[in-house]
Amino acid sequence: MDSAVKYPTPQENPETTHFWQKTVDGKLLIKRCLACGEPHYFPRSICPFCFSDKTVWEESSGEGEIYAFSLMRKSASGPYAIGYVTLKEGPSLLTNFVDCDMAKLKVGQKVKVVFKTTDGAPLPFFTPV
Amino acid sequence: MSIKGKAYIAGIFEHPTRHAPDKSTAQLHAEVAKGALEDAGLTKADIDGYFCAGDAPGGVMAMADYLGLRVRHFDSTDTGGCSYLVHLGHAAEAIAAGKCSIALISLAGKPRTGAMPPRASGAEVDFEAAYGATTHNVYGMCAMRHMHEFGTTSEQLAWIKVAASHHAQYNPHAMLKDVVTVEDVLNSPMISDPLHRMDCCVVTDGGGALIVTTEAIARSLKKPLVRMIGHGEALKGPRGGKDLNLTYSAGVWSGPRAFEEAGVTPKDIKYASIYDSFTITVLMQLEDLGFCKKGEGGKFVADGNLISGVGKLPFNTDGGGLCSNHPVNRGGMTKIIEAVRQLRGQAHPKVQVPNCDLAIAHGTGGLLGVRHAASTCILERV
Repeated sequence: MDSAVKYPTPQENPETTHFWQKTVDGKLLIKRCLACGEPHYFPRSICPFCFSDKTVWEESSGEGEIYAFSLMRKSASGPYAIGYVTLKEGPSLLTNFVDCDMAKLKVGQKVKVVFKTTDGAPLPFFTPV
Repeated sequence: MSIKGKAYIAGIFEHPTRHAPDKSTAQLHAEVAKGALEDAGLTKADIDGYFCAGDAPGGVMAMADYLGLRVRHFDSTDTGGCSYLVHLGHAAEAIAAGKCSIALISLAGKPRTGAMPPRASGAEVDFEAAYGATTHNVYGMCAMRHMHEFGTTSEQLAWIKVAASHHAQYNPHAMLKDVVTVEDVLNSPMISDPLHRMDCCVVTDGGGALIVTTEAIARSLKKPLVRMIGHGEALKGPRGGKDLNLTYSAGVWSGPRAFEEAGVTPKDIKYASIYDSFTITVLMQLEDLGFCKKGEGGKFVADGNLISGVGKLPFNTDGGGLCSNHPVNRGGMTKIIEAVRQLRGQAHPKVQVPNCDLAIAHGTGGLLGVRHAASTCILERV
């Protein structure tokens, strides 16, 4: 996808507003549970592992590697590469790979977060390092 | 309490249409319900349980009213394409518990005529919807990861389509009746890497229905006796991004539950209906169910091993979703119907498995490897 693509505006809710406030500053947040120590993504107020409500925001390095991807050859907005990235901190997340030659993507490749504008908060994407 | 031997599939009907611009979706539900009742030798007034999923216009209340049903038990669990495999398990539970005695399960819709309404979103929507996940590219990622970890090849995946096409040539209602080769699959256009067009199922209008009942009622009817002896269901998701693993499905849990209840093993199965939205769907599920070890699915499906009369595990002898029918983008119903045909000895003679007395019907719904459900039903001819 390129910058001409119009991305949907995230609809914030009380559980996720803080996440979207930080993407404005170019920060990717994950959540960590103080009770069991496990990080998770996307953010929940109650830990999906131990069900503790002692979850806190943590800034991710924004670095990770490609777990899997697929190049969708046709769409209304042209070809795009969807994939899962496993962050350095642990959690994997769904994303698109942008600002790159999509034909050269590889499983295991190092990537980093970049943000793309919407009519609201910026959205996280990933690009090869 | 077990459902083993408590519920019988007395009526089946698969709508012969693959394109129905001249009919309403509710009408198709009524037509398949009528067909299944006639197959069973029962009437609408006999139905006291009803099961339908998200394809039923207006849900279970509106659908039951449209059909004119008066039921004492109902269930509108929606787990995508495997909903009907879940319903069959739940109907067996309800019958075993005495909550109903004659259950109707129906599926119908028209994705070939017009676009389907979008799926309802979960709490993940703002963190995922922008990235354009579709069935094609999510199943493509599953295939990509499977190839990365286990060396699975596109040629091996193609064998699944080849086997389905060998069966579809004998099904007069199949949407795609031509036998294809591995080369044909590999030469078809790439849709979402590494899946080619022929790795993908057909898009069809239509539907199907089942009548599930008690042993006593089934024995009073004229059809060969086919009963449920095991059922398992399971849900799987990335769970906070920690459990993401695209190489296995919830079938690793639903399968063993069903086999344990039935008291049989994968080696005992004579015929397998395996959900085939894409070739990779079949390969992963065969591994997950224990027909071969994880990672060895590619070798297992190659060289015609899934072709009836040729290989060790005849699968989807109607041509499956890959060639025959995938009504409403939901293949669970037709999986059960072909398994019942096999157990009745009523599959096409060219694909009928000799002395077929034990079959599995298994499927996943939602997005395989991501948020999805699996349901496994083990069926026996009495």
